[in-house]
Amino acid sequence: MATKRVRLSFEPNLVKEPVIYQLGQQFDLVTNIRMADVDENIGWVILQIDGESAEIDRGLDWARSLGVRVDPLAGDIVEGD
Amino acid sequence: MSFERALRCRECGREYPLAPIFSCEFCFGPLEVAYDYDGIRESISRDSIEAGPTTLWRYGDLLPCDPEYKVDIGTGYTPLIEAPRLAKALGLNKLWLKNDTVNPTWSFKDRVVSVAIARARQFGFEAMACASTGNLANSVSAHAAAAGMDAYVFIPDDLEQGKVVGSAIYRPTLVMIEGSYDDVNRLCTEVAADRNWAFVNINVRPYYAEGSRTLAFEVAEQLGWRAPAHVVAPMASGSLFTKIWKGLQEFHKVGLIDEPRTRMSGAQAAGCSPIATAYEGGTLNFVPQKPNTIARSLAIGNPADGYYALKVMEETGGGAAMATDEELVDALYLLAETEGIFAETAGGVTIACLKKLVESGHIRRDEETVAFITGAGLKTVEAVIDSMDEPIRIPARSQAFDEALARRTTSTPTPVGAPAGG
Repeated sequence: MATKRVRLSFEPNLVKEPVIYQLGQQFDLVTNIRMADVDENIGWVILQIDGESAEIDRGLDWARSLGVRVDPLAGDIVEGD
Repeated sequence: MSFERALRCRECGREYPLAPIFSCEFCFGPLEVAYDYDGIRESISRDSIEAGPTTLWRYGDLLPCDPEYKVDIGTGYTPLIEAPRLAKALGLNKLWLKNDTVNPTWSFKDRVVSVAIARARQFGFEAMACASTGNLANSVSAHAAAAGMDAYVFIPDDLEQGKVVGSAIYRPTLVMIEGSYDDVNRLCTEVAADRNWAFVNINVRPYYAEGSRTLAFEVAEQLGWRAPAHVVAPMASGSLFTKIWKGLQEFHKVGLIDEPRTRMSGAQAAGCSPIATAYEGGTLNFVPQKPNTIARSLAIGNPADGYYALKVMEETGGGAAMATDEELVDALYLLAETEGIFAETAGGVTIACLKKLVESGHIRRDEETVAFITGAGLKTVEAVIDSMDEPIRIPARSQAFDEALARRTTSTPTPVGAPAGG
């Protein structure tokens, strides 16, 4: 079992999709929303995901294929400024 | 001495002991260092700071680490230069430039890394690490070398040569990663979770980020213990921008300056402008972007402190602007020609955005403004090399020189600030 914490960002066309529900159903993952802000135009969700490591990766790849942006919890790790 | 008291969640306010952690276990919000400001107020004064070293360690009581662990290679207390020629060109009465190009590795990153490495040594870490588009990599490599620590530095594989060499010279373990920014981010997150390293912008990020406050401390001191009317600073993660504001507020809190009324405005490249775009859209929620700009040091598509930067703009009546690659190159020439400072691309973004903010009336002519120049131009010569004036090439004869000079004065010179070609 593994745990991953990610930030999901949704474009307007995806805001109405039950992406997190399907992540749990299709990939046997336990999802736990810890922070979120969603309105009709944009949404982001900070999510903890528990499950088999390979399934977490498959699930997140599936979400990306829908157009959901998946980022590390801490934002971009590669630093500029 | 240090007056750090705890780590506190910026979202829910929960407090944690001082440890190498970066997010709240309850809401996953980012953690920030909380201080004993009463203790600081009793400990320091304008006189005690003025009697301190001419580095950022003159503000040691305000930093989240025991100065006993410092690795001092001469960072900070950089010049605040009045810029009358640039001010005139832009239409401002008074403009100051905080010239952080003169730090030991030629960028403001030496400030944050100075604090990060001191705190990492205090925690007992023996290795430093970072993922960077260049400036941070240079600084971590240099500081780790000076401390005799191992350094693991991850960079994208298409960086400017100056930034690669600027790390390699210190002989860190330098890892160039193939793939997109997202790939680099993902790999580094996994590596950081698996290793017992001080990853400066992950597990020691709460301490590291505090180093940027020294920019505000210095500006306030150099202005004669007061805050400016307006600040323009570049934004990548947004951390630098928010910490400048925090630093000004803290100087007031510990009794060193009057309450700051500074308006805070941020600068981004048009090719990576999630924060400026959100500001223009009137929202605090930014949409992550795929970076596409020559301002690599600002190419952060998913800024960790983007929300907080937008809050600072809202709170202070500041704003944001964005500059195209052509505009930032023009601004690099303008800065160099008027004030003799050769900045890296982020400096071009800052000056180009300052110009736009003045032209739009967002910054009033009579607002005393400080612009932050955060990195030196030799790191990113690729940005300007194709638009430079051709040097005069002649045989070593005085007649040839006279003729060439005559030709040059009669021909149309290359316009200064021509956009980069090729």
